[in-house]
Amino acid sequence: MAEFKETSPDAPLSEKTLTWIDNRFPLSKMFKEHLSEYYAPKNFNFFYFFGSLALLVLVIQIVTGIFLVMHYKPDAALAFASVEYIMRDVPYGWLIRYMHSTGASAFFVVVYLHMFRGLIYGSFRKPRELVWLFGCAIFLALMAEAFMGYLLPWGQMSYWGAQVIVNLFSAIPFIGPDLALLIRGDYVVGDATLNRFFAFHVIALPLVLLGLVVAHIIALHEVGSNNPDGVEIKAHKDEKGRPLDGIPFHPYYTVHDILGVTGFLLVFCAIIFFAPEFGGYFLEYNNFIPADPLKTPAHIAPTWYFTPYYSMLRAITSEMIYALVICVLVAAYLGATKAKISTLLKGGVVGAAVVAVVLLLAIDAKFWGVVVMGGSVIILFFLPWLDRCEVKSIRFRPDWHVYLYALFVVNFLVLGYLGIQPPSYIGERVSQVGTLFYFGFFLLMPWWSTLGQTKPVPDRVNFVAH
Amino acid sequence: MSETTVDNSKRTWLIASSCAGAVGGVAVAIPFVSNFSPSERAKAAGAAVEVDISSIKPGEKLTVEWRGKPVWVVRRTPEQLEALKKVESQLADPESQRKPSELTPEYARNQARSIKPEFFVGVGICSHLGCSPSDKFQMGPQPSLPDDWQGGFFCPCHGSTFDMAGRVYKNKPAPDNLEVPPHMYLSDTRLLIGEDKKA
Repeated sequence: MAEFKETSPDAPLSEKTLTWIDNRFPLSKMFKEHLSEYYAPKNFNFFYFFGSLALLVLVIQIVTGIFLVMHYKPDAALAFASVEYIMRDVPYGWLIRYMHSTGASAFFVVVYLHMFRGLIYGSFRKPRELVWLFGCAIFLALMAEAFMGYLLPWGQMSYWGAQVIVNLFSAIPFIGPDLALLIRGDYVVGDATLNRFFAFHVIALPLVLLGLVVAHIIALHEVGSNNPDGVEIKAHKDEKGRPLDGIPFHPYYTVHDILGVTGFLLVFCAIIFFAPEFGGYFLEYNNFIPADPLKTPAHIAPTWYFTPYYSMLRAITSEMIYALVICVLVAAYLGATKAKISTLLKGGVVGAAVVAVVLLLAIDAKFWGVVVMGGSVIILFFLPWLDRCEVKSIRFRPDWHVYLYALFVVNFLVLGYLGIQPPSYIGERVSQVGTLFYFGFFLLMPWWSTLGQTKPVPDRVNFVAH
Repeated sequence: MSETTVDNSKRTWLIASSCAGAVGGVAVAIPFVSNFSPSERAKAAGAAVEVDISSIKPGEKLTVEWRGKPVWVVRRTPEQLEALKKVESQLADPESQRKPSELTPEYARNQARSIKPEFFVGVGICSHLGCSPSDKFQMGPQPSLPDDWQGGFFCPCHGSTFDMAGRVYKNKPAPDNLEVPPHMYLSDTRLLIGEDKKA
């Protein structure tokens, strides 16, 4: 516990007030720890805007959400009309609603870029594994939040999207159908489902998200930020123990981030005012038709941010299962012949492969589609232990790593595009190749990330003053 | 381990009280988890639906709601019935062998999956992820469908296809045929969906 500080009687009122507070709550201490004496590397680039922007979007979503709840009715008979009421009759309801719906898409844009930054600069590597894990948990909670929020307008896309995703759970052997029933609270998606999704969307998940965001930032400030060079700035400190390549977050990065906020708000407002539906990608056209449990729209697709995973779900057909069986067998063969592990472990690898093949063939492709879709997100959690490259940042990795990462991004975008398109033969084949590449990228990373000649990593960060 | 001796009596009581606490925790969780299951009102809403099928012309479909789900009544033309034979080799489960107790009542375990070959009664919910397939009754090549299409249903969500008896084609995301609900004819034109003679 800190010593009780006394102020001189002549001190100004502001100082007296601050001392009074500091004696009771660590206000100055926290301000210093997290802002004025939190040293961040001085070589941050464009990609470092997106962490603070994600926080901004979270605030936008919470504030606009509170106002929407004041007018929205979570009732299957009233929900659709209440959203139209917000759009037409509530003063500035249209603006607040568009801020919230555009904010949802903006959240994913910002978060995807934030994750991409972490991926290319190795921000998930030791000692930042927990920062990454909390971040992945935030991403997962955000997906649940977005999905449940999407049911609330009770349009055709809301209804059938929820129907499909809830039915994903029913594909799990044995417990699946009962689990889906527990999620829906009825035998079909209905009023009970709408009410509980509302409760999760406005209370449960935002609380979880806020808690995770706090954990993410505390973990980050404990280990310090990474940077585009992937160099630990704490390795070189001045006589006062401040990193030589670090600058205080406040005022340097608070001002820097205001630039990011300005740029972001320009784009954000342009979309809100001029293209709030964004060509049917942010608000799908079919969602302007009230939910009809008897008729699925001719073409249903999730909102754009879920489409890469949705593509992978669709890619798992019964033919694809054979491709997966071949992959498992090849992996087991390589594990048993090439890997430098004990004979006992090799036996384990072969045994596991046999079990995997039996399960793959015994259970419906539908279940494996669900496993692949879930796995495509869960695999991100393992990234800190998959990447074995000597250097963190893409800048000092072999050139072909850059192309591989570029291919990964292109593949992700292609999968996303195919997820929006109606099912087709060519699309199915391409998404199957894309799915194999996506998983190959991660699962083979312990092998390929060690290959090639890395470039020398500098002692200090590269920085050219403006 | 430190050198302090373990007070075994204290440890026993700590374990015992932790166990008691865990039992209490589980007991509290039960009402909350059960709260997620369907309410009594939701369980009660499942009455049988009576349909007049006299107005359906050959090749037409009528959709009625039963337990919140779309139930189709399709009056098939002779050509459509003929096509059921042609497509048999391309189907995953032409004999309705899979999960018969859930999907196909005994009186519908035939090629047309119906009591009267002309009328097909099926729940219009895809066995994949619960979308409602669209009608593709017209034969021949068309977008998203094979060129030798013999008429049937196409699920817009993930591309599963079904024939005119709701039987699923091979190599599609949907694993099973469409469900045939319990149903019976009260007269030549009155159909009752949701109950059959066994019940």
